[in-house]
Amino acid sequence: MYVTCRQNGLSYTGRMSTGLNDSEIISKVLSGDQQAYAGLVNRYQTYVFTLALRFTKNREDAEEVSQDIFIKAYRALADFKGTSKFSTWLYTIVNNTCITFLRKKRLQTHSLDNEGVFEVADSQDSGLRANLVEQKSRVAMVNSAIGLLGPDDAEIITLFYKSEQTLEEIAQILGLETNTAKVRLHRARTRLKEKMQQHFSEEVKDIYN
Amino acid sequence: MEPDYTEIEERLWNYIDGTGAAGERTAIEQLLQSNAEWKVKYHELLEVNELLRSSELEAPSMRFTKNVMEEISRLHIAPATRTYINKRIIWGLGIFFITMILGFLVYGFGQVNWSAEGDMTISNYVNKIDYSKFFNNTYMNVFMMINVVLGLFLLDRYLANKRKKFREEA
Repeated sequence: MYVTCRQNGLSYTGRMSTGLNDSEIISKVLSGDQQAYAGLVNRYQTYVFTLALRFTKNREDAEEVSQDIFIKAYRALADFKGTSKFSTWLYTIVNNTCITFLRKKRLQTHSLDNEGVFEVADSQDSGLRANLVEQKSRVAMVNSAIGLLGPDDAEIITLFYKSEQTLEEIAQILGLETNTAKVRLHRARTRLKEKMQQHFSEEVKDIYN
Repeated sequence: MEPDYTEIEERLWNYIDGTGAAGERTAIEQLLQSNAEWKVKYHELLEVNELLRSSELEAPSMRFTKNVMEEISRLHIAPATRTYINKRIIWGLGIFFITMILGFLVYGFGQVNWSAEGDMTISNYVNKIDYSKFFNNTYMNVFMMINVVLGLFLLDRYLANKRKKFREEA
């Protein structure tokens, strides 16, 4: 099971820019080739940045947090045991770093049912939403709707749909039971559907009809 | 009666994600063929699923990789945790504390007067124990506590030194 997942992970990420898979790059970095780490940064920067953006809600903070994440991952690279995919290990660092960031910012992150979180997200993302109505693009609408969700919901949706993580891996990243992660994902999608109907009713009608 | 949409959605999401059991999948397929309401809900969720798959990743600035590489050029990889935490020390600590607890228990039970009359039930046995005798020698207890604190302090120093040494080597 593990071998299959790992192979899937490597085949997906394997030959993008460096021609080396994650394990090969990590071996090179650990043996002293610091520049090889750029291969991992290039490969995962959009995933890490998107996840960070789900928490921070603005690009400047997301960029700073993402840099911090890659620096932490570099420092702790010797602790990566290879028992999971590198991406799963990296997203665990993303999750912890982003939660710390939110704590510092004194935002509430843990309550799934806290409407206040959505209100914060609503106010922070209103500019993007206004821009989106003009674009009438499906993709932009979904991205913007995800931006309106609370960090917990936005994170789990991004991990499942964009970061190539299974429910078991998501549970590992978030420190939850698999079933709990599954329930959280269901709830997050339900809330996303509500957000789309609430804020983009015209676009949603076009899609459903 | 109003149908439970939450449950329907949960079952349909499991079906769409392919996480449900084989029996459940068959049951849902039958429901989708026979029940119009389920069918409408299914297509609605399928649309959301497709939309989510079509969402895009955000890209950081062009200088991102360069910034990270500049930062890490000043840093070293920390040694793996497993190289400076010796499992034998953790086992040793565990055995030390268990031995301490067992020693106190044996000493305490040794103080109990088992020949006293009364019913031989478990609650009576428990009631017979004079808990004050567990710690009846103040000097001994203070001595033991100081030893334990000193032991922990020395262990902490030992681990901190070892970690520092590894970091210097790295």
